[in-house]
Amino acid sequence: MSSLAQQAQSTRLDDRSLYLRNLIVDALEGGERGHVGSSFSLVEIVRALYDNVLNKQSDDPVWSQRDRFILSKGHGCLAQYAMLADLGYFNKKELKSFCRFDGILGGHPERGVVPGVEASTGALGHGLAIGVGMSLAARIADCNWRVYVVLGDGELDEGSVWESALAASQHKLASLTAIVDYNKLQSYGAVSDVLNLEPLADKWRSFGWEIFEVNGHDVAGLTSLLGATPTQESPRVLIAHTIKGKGLPMAEGQATWHHKAKITADDVKLLRQALANA
Amino acid sequence: MRKQVLKSITELAVRDERVVFIGSDLSPGVMSDFRERFPDRLFMEGVSEQHIIGMAAGLAMEGFIPYVNTIATFLTRRCYEQIAMDVCLHNLPVRLVANGGGMVYAPLGPTHEAIDDFALMRALPNMTVTAPVDANEMAALVNASLEYPGPIYIRLGKGGDPIVTPEIQQFQFGVPTILRQEGQIGLVSTGIVSAIALRAADIAAESGVSVKVIHLPTIKPIDTESFFSAILGCEHLIVVDEHLSVGGLASVVAELLTYSIFSVRPKSCSVNLGQDFLHNYGSQAEHLASKGITDIVLAKQCVNLATSEMVRI
Repeated sequence: MSSLAQQAQSTRLDDRSLYLRNLIVDALEGGERGHVGSSFSLVEIVRALYDNVLNKQSDDPVWSQRDRFILSKGHGCLAQYAMLADLGYFNKKELKSFCRFDGILGGHPERGVVPGVEASTGALGHGLAIGVGMSLAARIADCNWRVYVVLGDGELDEGSVWESALAASQHKLASLTAIVDYNKLQSYGAVSDVLNLEPLADKWRSFGWEIFEVNGHDVAGLTSLLGATPTQESPRVLIAHTIKGKGLPMAEGQATWHHKAKITADDVKLLRQALANA
Repeated sequence: MRKQVLKSITELAVRDERVVFIGSDLSPGVMSDFRERFPDRLFMEGVSEQHIIGMAAGLAMEGFIPYVNTIATFLTRRCYEQIAMDVCLHNLPVRLVANGGGMVYAPLGPTHEAIDDFALMRALPNMTVTAPVDANEMAALVNASLEYPGPIYIRLGKGGDPIVTPEIQQFQFGVPTILRQEGQIGLVSTGIVSAIALRAADIAAESGVSVKVIHLPTIKPIDTESFFSAILGCEHLIVVDEHLSVGGLASVVAELLTYSIFSVRPKSCSVNLGQDFLHNYGSQAEHLASKGITDIVLAKQCVNLATSEMVRI
């Protein structure tokens, strides 16, 4: 295990991180299902972005000068929903209607349905291309807003990601930042067993991107890198070493917790207890 | 038609700064005029159709109107999910300008033959599907596309296609154009096949048989009222389509006739490319001829129908 992965493992979650995770449990309770591990691994990434980095107006989700955030790994949407609810993009009560017939919060996020969601994602390998388009749009319109795209590690199996990685580099899109939620587990099992990505940093570097690696549960470290002004004429990627299911001992590092199709009231109790003891 | 569509897009770009052009490794010098005038609004991307559709969606989400141009088969099959999810689900004004519709690229073999493009594009919610007959209609379509909401698929012919429509015209999405009035037999067609249908009507007229030619430049959506008004008086329709039988114009007309509450339905048959990949090479015209899509064969069919008991002339 790399030192950053070890740091990710040992990082203690503070009150805000635990609070956001409890909001996710609210949604899991309401929907009785959800991508648990996939959303718990990226809480600090979305927290650093929304709390400290993104230029935004929560009372005007389509404010023209906002920074754009695309959750390309749409199955991690519970983390984004928790953030958006906490920031007042919509009422926290909506979390209880997660995946319900008449709710606005589906198992994958939808633009035009969920305030604050820039692009409907869920099919993997789409968000980076959309981010490239948005970044080009900012350049044409001479605007200063920036584009952030969160990718899953399993998502990097999609060839389309690398098409867009080439294009972003070709267009020298310094306003574009990708963040890889590198939790090392995909649906079936370990990324290294299913389709090994290593050497991951070298891959991005060879595609012309500026590389940073970070403990993906260190909010200060994430904030410092994500908020920094680009110094090169190239897109940037943060490889965020995370723990799938972070904060839930029974789920951490367990592929079986990638998605749960049935979550009972007893499960919810266990999840709450785990977070209380974290 | 190919030259015209690029010329028309350039003219649109002059008029409206929201217009951007995206190509996928097109020929050297293509759109050089556009590039010289608007270098920041032309993107000649690599051979990466999945990427360019997502990128077009991103630009469209920010208020631009991307015209994406490459070979029809690659623009429909390779990036189908991107078209469905990035473009259609968001209902964005992305225009897919598809070179080599139908059998244009017959010499290059099945990988390049767009014989299922209508079916693929028609199946997608929010997608409008068009196939102009000539350069004049193409110019009018591109002009009308500027303010049209949602995505549009535009099938192109080979280039140098016969001109059968007026130089100055208004394109109305969804509305059939009657290229030849009167006749109890109607030829229903789209794209460059409508020019063949028109010649067939001329030949049939020499035998004293009047044939109505109903051209559908938009095959989705179709203004039902206009369609039924167009076929009024026809006792028999021959649907002619440079497409597989599944999902193309034959399906369009069958669906219209099935769903309609129109009480009197004309008898219908279809001439199309069948149900299989086409493995011969040669030319577009040879392939069309092998399937009976020629002016002489269609005229003969019309005359035969007119003189048979099936149609009361």
